[in-house]
Amino acid sequence: MKAAVLVFPGSNCDRDLKVAFERAGAEVTMVWHKEAALPEGVDIVGVPGGFSYGDYLRCGAIAANSPICASLKTHVERGGYAIGICNGFQVLTETRILPGALLRNAGLKYICKTVPLKVQTSESIFTRQYNAGTTVHIPIAHHDGNYQADAELLAELRGEDRVAFTYEDNPNGSAGDIAGVLSANRRVLGMMPHPERAADVGHGGTDGAGVFQGILDALVEA
Amino acid sequence: MKARVHVMLKNGVLDPQGEAVRHALGGLGFDGVEGVRQGKVIELDLAEGTTEATVTEMCEKLLANTVIESYSIEMGA
Repeated sequence: MKAAVLVFPGSNCDRDLKVAFERAGAEVTMVWHKEAALPEGVDIVGVPGGFSYGDYLRCGAIAANSPICASLKTHVERGGYAIGICNGFQVLTETRILPGALLRNAGLKYICKTVPLKVQTSESIFTRQYNAGTTVHIPIAHHDGNYQADAELLAELRGEDRVAFTYEDNPNGSAGDIAGVLSANRRVLGMMPHPERAADVGHGGTDGAGVFQGILDALVEA
Repeated sequence: MKARVHVMLKNGVLDPQGEAVRHALGGLGFDGVEGVRQGKVIELDLAEGTTEATVTEMCEKLLANTVIESYSIEMGA
């Protein structure tokens, strides 16, 4: 199983994401944003957290227009898998791979703490290790995690069972308490919380490890 | 030639920063500030002959996220 982790100037969770993929058993290649193509045979692309391009203009906006993101779009359009975490989620909304947008937290503060999330669906490779309705504890660390979705989009996401995780105690004003969403084909997940920071006993929790194990198990079976 | 692009959050999108500014103005004794919306202004220095259509394309592709933001363009500002 081959994973690629994109690296932008200002990414800072790229190595954590690599370790989480490797722990689950993937072969990982780091891919610099100026590369025009993903490595041959990549099964899943990880878009890491951080502050790509210093969050200039809008979080994720400049990264979304980098050469490697053109390849990411092609990969996703062909039915490839991808996961975007935190700034990676912002990049996925800016590329329009995922719907909605992420705005400044309603309380205007940067929030860094472990929060309880409810798993809303087990129907994806990312969440198949969890039972729907389970509570997991995963850290958040963001200033712009306030997910924006109008009534129509919320209805669509809920109707198609595309809400992956919700906050139990909404920390940032997100519409519908949404912490993570799936693409229409369920092969792309974007989430603000950091499962790669809860994937080792040394992290103080391993509730996030199931995300990576689920990806690996599904793609190795395939 | 210059162009100036104004980017604002769309009506209906809550602007927490504007709301904080409104509260701060109230704290300074400015009564009657019923709403504050904060946006951004982007000034572009362009080659002569650049059309408004090109600037519109810049807005659509990068300068604004039209999911949540609207924009207006002033050419030759």
